[in-house]
Amino acid sequence: MNNDTLIPYIGVVTDIRIDTPDVKTFRVEAPEGGKLFEHMPGQCAMLSIPGVGEAMFSITSSPTNKEFMEFSIKKCGCLTEWLHAMEVGQMITVRGPYGNAFPVETELKGKDLLFIAGGIGLAPLRSVINYVRDKRENYGDIQVIYGSRSKDDLVDYQEILNEWMTDDGVEVNLTIDNAQEGWDGHVGFVPNYVKELDPSINKTVLICGPPIMIKFTLAGLKELGFKETQVYTTMELRMKCGVGKCGRCNIGNKYVCKDGPVFRFDQLGELPDEY
Amino acid sequence: MLKVSKSKLNELFDAIAAKQTLYLPVDRNDGASEYKKYESGMTMSKALNTVRSAKDFFFPQTENLVDFKMEGKNIEVIDVRKESEDFVIFGVRACDARSFTILDKVFLSDPVDSFYKNRRDHGTVVTMACTRPAETCFCKTFGIDPTVPEGDCACFDDGENIFFLAHNDKGQKFVDSISSLLEEGDARKLADVQEQARAVMERLPLAKLSTENFGGDKLNEYFNSDKWAGLSESCLGCGTCTFVCPTCQCYDIKDFNTGKGIKRYRCWDSCMYSDFTKMAHGNPRLTQLERFRQRFMHKLVYFPANNNGEFGCVGCGRCLSKCPISMNIVKVMKALEDK
Repeated sequence: MNNDTLIPYIGVVTDIRIDTPDVKTFRVEAPEGGKLFEHMPGQCAMLSIPGVGEAMFSITSSPTNKEFMEFSIKKCGCLTEWLHAMEVGQMITVRGPYGNAFPVETELKGKDLLFIAGGIGLAPLRSVINYVRDKRENYGDIQVIYGSRSKDDLVDYQEILNEWMTDDGVEVNLTIDNAQEGWDGHVGFVPNYVKELDPSINKTVLICGPPIMIKFTLAGLKELGFKETQVYTTMELRMKCGVGKCGRCNIGNKYVCKDGPVFRFDQLGELPDEY
Repeated sequence: MLKVSKSKLNELFDAIAAKQTLYLPVDRNDGASEYKKYESGMTMSKALNTVRSAKDFFFPQTENLVDFKMEGKNIEVIDVRKESEDFVIFGVRACDARSFTILDKVFLSDPVDSFYKNRRDHGTVVTMACTRPAETCFCKTFGIDPTVPEGDCACFDDGENIFFLAHNDKGQKFVDSISSLLEEGDARKLADVQEQARAVMERLPLAKLSTENFGGDKLNEYFNSDKWAGLSESCLGCGTCTFVCPTCQCYDIKDFNTGKGIKRYRCWDSCMYSDFTKMAHGNPRLTQLERFRQRFMHKLVYFPANNNGEFGCVGCGRCLSKCPISMNIVKVMKALEDK
C-alpha cells in the first residue's frame, strides 16, 4: 500500500532552546540525521506524542537550513505542556508539510518586505525572514517590527540581536508593552509603533500575532495607505487531518490546513468572519 | 435483461457469499433495517432504507489508523493497514449510492485517503431501485432518479423477479460471477413499476423542493441571514443528523493507550459539537448558531463551491425522521429561501 499522509514519520528532538518563560524552540531531525522533509516558508507540520495528542505547528526554520527543522512552541495546552517537558533525544511523530506558503518565489520576489509580529507570532515569520536573508539578492529592503509583552517574552532574541540586526539592509524595530529595567528600546503596542515608524507604503507586509494585534495593525496600515492586497497573514484553527478532509478548519469554501494557512487580506475578506 | 426469480433469492445470496462477503439490509427485531453480514437463510429487508446510511462500509464509524510502541524516549510506528477483502453491498438505495460519489470527492482527492480507497476498490455496490418512495424522500431535488439507481450494478424489482444492469466493469464482473443463476427475462413490466414509482414521487410532500436558490455563489446571501438564530435555537447539538447522514464526513483522530501501546483511531465527528473547533486559545464557533450554520452552509454552499455545483445532500430523509427536535435541511432550505 502507498504511504498515507495520516501515518507519521518519526523525528528526534536533538536540541531544545529556551526562548522565553513559555516558549521553547525544538530542533527536530530524522533518526538517521537530516531533515524529515523539505518545506517552504509558512508551511506547517503535525507534531504528536502518541497517547497525548497531535497538533499543527508552523515550521519556524527556513528551508535554506539543510540540516534540521525547528519548531517554536508556546506552552498553552495539554500537548504543548508535554512537549515542553521533553528532553533532548526524545522521539516525536511528525507529518507534513501541510498548507500553502508565503509566496516567496512569486509575489514577494523583488519586493521591499515589512514583517510585523507579536509574541509567538514571530515563529511562522522567522522561516520567511531567514529565507529572504539567505536569498538576499532576490528581495529589496527588509524591515522587522516585533513586539512582545516584555523583554523576556521576545522569541529568538539572541538571533535577532546577533544575526538580523547585524545584516546590511535589514532594519529591526523592537518594542515591549511596558517599560522594564534593562530595556532602553521602544515601549508600546505594536499597532501604534507601526504607525509611529510610518513605513513606506511600497512595502509588502507579512503579519502574524494575536488576533487583536492583527486587527489594530491592519487598521493602522490602512490609515497609512496600505492596501489589503499587499498584506499577508497566516491563520491558525483547530486541525486533525492536515489535508482538508476532516472538516475542522473549514471557513467558507476554504480549508485553512490546505488552502491556507497563508492568506492575503483581500482573500480573507471574501471568507465568512469565523476565525 | 438478465433476471433471477425472487423465489430463488437465497440461492443467489448463497452463491455471492460463497465467493466474497455479502452485506444485506435485514430487519432487526425492533423492525428497523440495518446492514448485516449475510448468513445462509437471511431474508432481505423490505424496508425502504436502513436506519444508518451505508457510508460505514467505506468510512467506518471508528477505525484503527496506526499503532505506536513507546519505550523510554523511543517511538515505533506500526502500520496496521491490511488489504481489504472483496465484498458486496446488496440492496443499496439510489440516495446512498450517490453519497459514495460525494464521499469520493473528499477522500479520493489528492492526497488520496488510502484507508477509504482500499475499501472502495474492494467493495462492489449493488443498488436496488426504489418502488415505493417515502414521504421523507427528496432525492429528486438533487438530480437522483431512485428508479434507476447508480452503483456498480443496479437491480430492479418487478414484483416477481430481480433484474440486473451492470453500470461498469466491476458491476459486470459481479453479474458474470452469478450468471449461472440468471436467465434472460422479459423486462416489460419494469417500465410500469418505474412509472408508478415516479407518479408517487410527484405526489410526495417534498416533491417541489428545489436547489435553485442554493450553490457556491450564495455565501454572502445566506451566511449573515437573520434566520439562523431561530432555526438553531432548539438545536441540542446531539449530532444525530451528522451520524445518520450519508454524506457527513468530518472526523476526529484520537489515541487510546491500551497499556501495551498506543492505538490511533479515526472516528466520526460532528461540526455540531461544541469542542469541534475548540483550541487552547479559544473557539471560533462559540454558540450552536455558528455550528448549526456551518453544517448547512457546508452542504448547500461551500461543498458546491468546490465541487462543480454538486450539493452535499442526497435527500435520503434520515435527518427528517431522526432529529429529536424535528429540525432538518428541508426546513433550513425553505426558511433561507423565504425572504
